[in-house]
Amino acid sequence: MDINMKGLIKILVLAVVFVAMSCNKSTAPNYQFMPNMYEPVSYETYQDTKAFRNGMEAQLPAEGSIARGYVPFDIDNTTEGFELAKTTLANPLDSAGEVDLERGKELYDIYCGICHGNKGKGQGNLVKREKILGIPSYDDVGRAITAGSIYHTIYYGKNAMGSYANQLNEEERWQVVSYVLKLKADLEK
Amino acid sequence: MKKSYQSLEVNLTNNMIQVIYRKLTSNILHFGFVILLTFTTSLSAQEGDPAKGKSLFNANCAACHTLDKKMTGPSLRNVEQRLADDEGLDREWIYAWIKNSAGMIKSGDAYANKIYNEYSGAAMTAFPQLSNEDIDNILAYTAEEKKAPPVPDTDAVPTGDAAGTSGGVSNEIILGALAILFILLAAGLFLVNKTLRRFASAQGIEVEDDSKRTPLWKAFVKNQFLMLVTAIFFLLASAYFVFGYFMQIGIDQGYQPIQEIHFSHKIHAGDNKIDCKYCHSSARVSKTSGIPSLNVCMNCHKSIYEYNGETTPEYSKEFYDGEIKKLYDAAGWSDEDQKYVNEGTPVKWTRIHNLPDFVYYNHSQHVSVAGLECQTCHGPVEEMEIMYQHAPLTMGWCIECHRTTNVNVKDNAYYTKIHEELSKKYGVDKLTVAQMGGLECGKCHY
Repeated sequence: MDINMKGLIKILVLAVVFVAMSCNKSTAPNYQFMPNMYEPVSYETYQDTKAFRNGMEAQLPAEGSIARGYVPFDIDNTTEGFELAKTTLANPLDSAGEVDLERGKELYDIYCGICHGNKGKGQGNLVKREKILGIPSYDDVGRAITAGSIYHTIYYGKNAMGSYANQLNEEERWQVVSYVLKLKADLEK
Repeated sequence: MKKSYQSLEVNLTNNMIQVIYRKLTSNILHFGFVILLTFTTSLSAQEGDPAKGKSLFNANCAACHTLDKKMTGPSLRNVEQRLADDEGLDREWIYAWIKNSAGMIKSGDAYANKIYNEYSGAAMTAFPQLSNEDIDNILAYTAEEKKAPPVPDTDAVPTGDAAGTSGGVSNEIILGALAILFILLAAGLFLVNKTLRRFASAQGIEVEDDSKRTPLWKAFVKNQFLMLVTAIFFLLASAYFVFGYFMQIGIDQGYQPIQEIHFSHKIHAGDNKIDCKYCHSSARVSKTSGIPSLNVCMNCHKSIYEYNGETTPEYSKEFYDGEIKKLYDAAGWSDEDQKYVNEGTPVKWTRIHNLPDFVYYNHSQHVSVAGLECQTCHGPVEEMEIMYQHAPLTMGWCIECHRTTNVNVKDNAYYTKIHEELSKKYGVDKLTVAQMGGLECGKCHY
């Protein structure tokens, strides 16, 4: 009888260990030793907080505040604004001689290539897989893109394309513009 | 010989009449075929080729139009019919509109201005490169009947299901067979024991009674040496497990919380090969890798409103479509009206990777400066249907990598001088992170 009990206990212990190990991929975080060493006193990025009315640490900047180095973009997000940018806006990197096509390519491949294709022919992976269709090639005659129109489109988006202003800063946007124009020139060869 | 030749001639002449008749019928057939051909060619010249139209549509129109759903522009199924019925506009109007819509709006065309204003001034790109024939083909494609949802798709799911469960079934069968075997063995042993005892009593042999002997466990307990050894063994074993348990406290390796919206990294980063930094763009430039705000999701999901990839019974098309709906609700996007209708509600993502407050970690330093792949620390994210923490994120894990990884100093002017000095100091060609001070306490703890 006693031997049986011992065997039972052993099996139980093994089962508990097995269950504990198999539940490794848990949906709850683990225990912490001395949590006040782990949990921050200051606000962490995206944290819940009662300090603000909407309960989030991530807040919009106060209205009218301007980030350091920020240059406002005067042209509106309208068809007229687009035409204005297309005809008048020039790439400031050209005159400053700061065009870095390598960085432009790096950024282009991350943000644009997925739809527009790494050659700019409108054959990105999402187009090939028929997730998004109708991406024009950069040498499209009807669109006849210019530096200004590219910048306006990256800044505000156009039709089904969204704005990339929050993923690329001003200098990066112009680097991408330079690279897109290079792709366009390559396509027109 | 001659006779046979003659008879052949006779035969030939006899057959002549039949031949004429035959020719006549075939002539009629030919004629009919030619008529049919001309008829069909004239049909296609007028109606266009839907197959060609489809590829033209996908290449040129699909950015803003779909057949059955309003997007940036109106839906286009039976557009020609609808324009003719509702507005009395013919194909010439469509040619003119497609080739130069802006010109038509300027020229004061009533319907052109109406549609321009209805879509809040979204100007349609001009397509001067499309010929009238191309447009005929596209119109032929738009005039096609809506296809019923493909049947094989629904068939494909159960077969995949059967294949998936058949593995489970065979496993269960094996387990069941083993259990039955075990029971049979036990029963067999019991029966053998019983018969042996019966034999013994039949032969008159007395079976020794168990209760008269000292039981094994009592003998064990009385043996002090054995008891000591066992006690030490149990203490060591439990110490081992207790130590193991304490060492994993605070480590969240494998932590896999359920998120508010089921976001599959497998579909986005794996199947569609979207770069990690497309969504986590601040990993390039800041301390945190950044959870993308919903406008980044909407960059693609304005156009992608349903899931068309592989499905499993657990993750069906309906399931994924429902998750996209959740995204639309959170972003305040109305799929029917194709515009944002309210503020939406922020998604409460559960953070997975989290370092204690006493550790400093900077993403841009590792992603942009060191040029590490995200997968180095985050594991095979492109295969994760549900995201989990791959690495233990312990100090030992960090240090290990800093000891073994060589610093990428190529094309990095910032490191040029320090690299020169240090490689001289250590007498090595390539520096590890540790040799550049990657093990100093103050680097990460302050």
